[in-house]
Amino acid sequence: MSYRDGHFQDLKVPLTWTVGVAVVVAILAAVALLLSDRRESLQSGLVGVGRATADVAASPVGQAISAPGRWTGQAAQFVRDYFGAVDENRRLRAENAELRQWKAAAIALDDTNARYRALLGFRTNPPIPMASAHVILDSRGPFADTRLADAGKEKGVEVGNPVMNERGLVGRVIGVAHGASRVLLLTDVASRTPVLVDRTDARAILTGDASQTPKLEYLRGIDPIKDGDRILTSGDGGMIPRGLPVGTAVKGLDGSWRVRLDADESSIDFVRILLFKDFGQLVNQQELAEPGPPPPATAASSTAPAAATTSAKPVPAKPAASKPAPARPPTASSTSAPATSAPATPVPSTTDAVSVGAARPAPPPPPLPGAKAPDAAAPPAAASTKSE
Amino acid sequence: MAGLTERLDPVRWMGLPMAACMVGTLLFAAPIRVFGLRPPEPVFAVVLVFAWAVLRPTILAPLFLLIVGLFDDLVWGGRMGLWGLGLLVAYGFVLVTRNMMSGQGRLMMWVWWAATLSVCMGSIYLTVRMLTGNAPDPLAVAGQWLPTVLLYPVADRLIARFEDADPRFR
Repeated sequence: MSYRDGHFQDLKVPLTWTVGVAVVVAILAAVALLLSDRRESLQSGLVGVGRATADVAASPVGQAISAPGRWTGQAAQFVRDYFGAVDENRRLRAENAELRQWKAAAIALDDTNARYRALLGFRTNPPIPMASAHVILDSRGPFADTRLADAGKEKGVEVGNPVMNERGLVGRVIGVAHGASRVLLLTDVASRTPVLVDRTDARAILTGDASQTPKLEYLRGIDPIKDGDRILTSGDGGMIPRGLPVGTAVKGLDGSWRVRLDADESSIDFVRILLFKDFGQLVNQQELAEPGPPPPATAASSTAPAAATTSAKPVPAKPAASKPAPARPPTASSTSAPATSAPATPVPSTTDAVSVGAARPAPPPPPLPGAKAPDAAAPPAAASTKSE
Repeated sequence: MAGLTERLDPVRWMGLPMAACMVGTLLFAAPIRVFGLRPPEPVFAVVLVFAWAVLRPTILAPLFLLIVGLFDDLVWGGRMGLWGLGLLVAYGFVLVTRNMMSGQGRLMMWVWWAATLSVCMGSIYLTVRMLTGNAPDPLAVAGQWLPTVLLYPVADRLIARFEDADPRFR
């Protein structure tokens, strides 16, 4: 068919202008799509459904594409392991000797920690079940930094779940389909994560800007941070559990504080998706919803003045808080939401679950210098500020 | 002429290059590390933007570019419509300037290609900044701009293959 033959052969319009109109219409369509996409707001509309469908379709393709790279990497690793076995053995022996010392310190600290918790009546968060996944598509551009992982709804993954590799926090899930989930990395320009400085407990927002070291914004306090400080998730907002390792603070060339991510120390090929939606799943919702018995009027009138007087005296105000903890070990089955303990959520072993309170940075914490037993007056205030 | 160039069949000058760009985008999205480094992520779709607009204006091109842009958004996990918008703005830029630039030497065409890419990524940069309130790192943008600039020979080859197919747009 030659140019302009066919049903519209008598219709003559200037081609360039027609194409211009087509371009404008297509641009308007693109803008409409842009405005309707709520990628980082955890809402799934029509665009979210289309994206999920595309992710399902891309999952087998991504697995096929990434397979040769994976095989090559495994072969190269095999060769490296073979030729570097002696060196690695020496290094591991030295590391093992060092770790034995840390292990002894950790046991002692764990014992001390358990006693403090018992004194304070502190409840640790239950272990969070996890789903392991393999990254099959990898976007690294300046305008989108995401990964497609091969675990989806069938493993209990939900939008908002935090994602880690073996070193630290990687990002969070922004889209889930059957057999695939889309992970927004901390470095993505749309990523915002509430974090804290481990040394000072200062809060900040970790803001991705497509560079390898995301920025720390809204830092509060006087001298809240210095080079080398550990950065952890703060748990503020309830979307991500507190205490997950994020990285180390570094001063950027532009003068802003940035974070060198722990997750970047190793490749993000295998990830663990924490099946953590929000803090609501950590409590027994049914028990929480049950109305308790009203307090007797006499007790209320007698405790009110007591509470007022204890604020002035350095004596423990709440007998319940200073009492040893009740013998009720917090387990995942007793305290987590039904969704996480359902059979659809695989929790095969202890290695497939992480305890929020126990998730600390890779190097073990140093022994507490001059750690002393809490006196009777200090604990309630310390507990209220640190334990959340 | 038949031996040097090919007939301007929409499937051959639009469909096949579009499919090739999609395959290239998918291949470069594989999670592969070479010596511990991640490979670059060039924007293959700019080849289509440039070559299609230089060869001849057509109503199908904006539609196909929108589709390719949506494909890029789906593969890269970006906001839907983001790359479609950038590619269409760049296509409009090439259309507007094609009378001025057609027939220039290879070096000038390469500069024109770089300007087209800059318009595309610049529009996306501004859009992202407006939508997220956060500007992407210019170094990261340069990390994608540079490998894409090196793709000009691919666009040049596509243009050379079809440039004599329709004498009215030579």
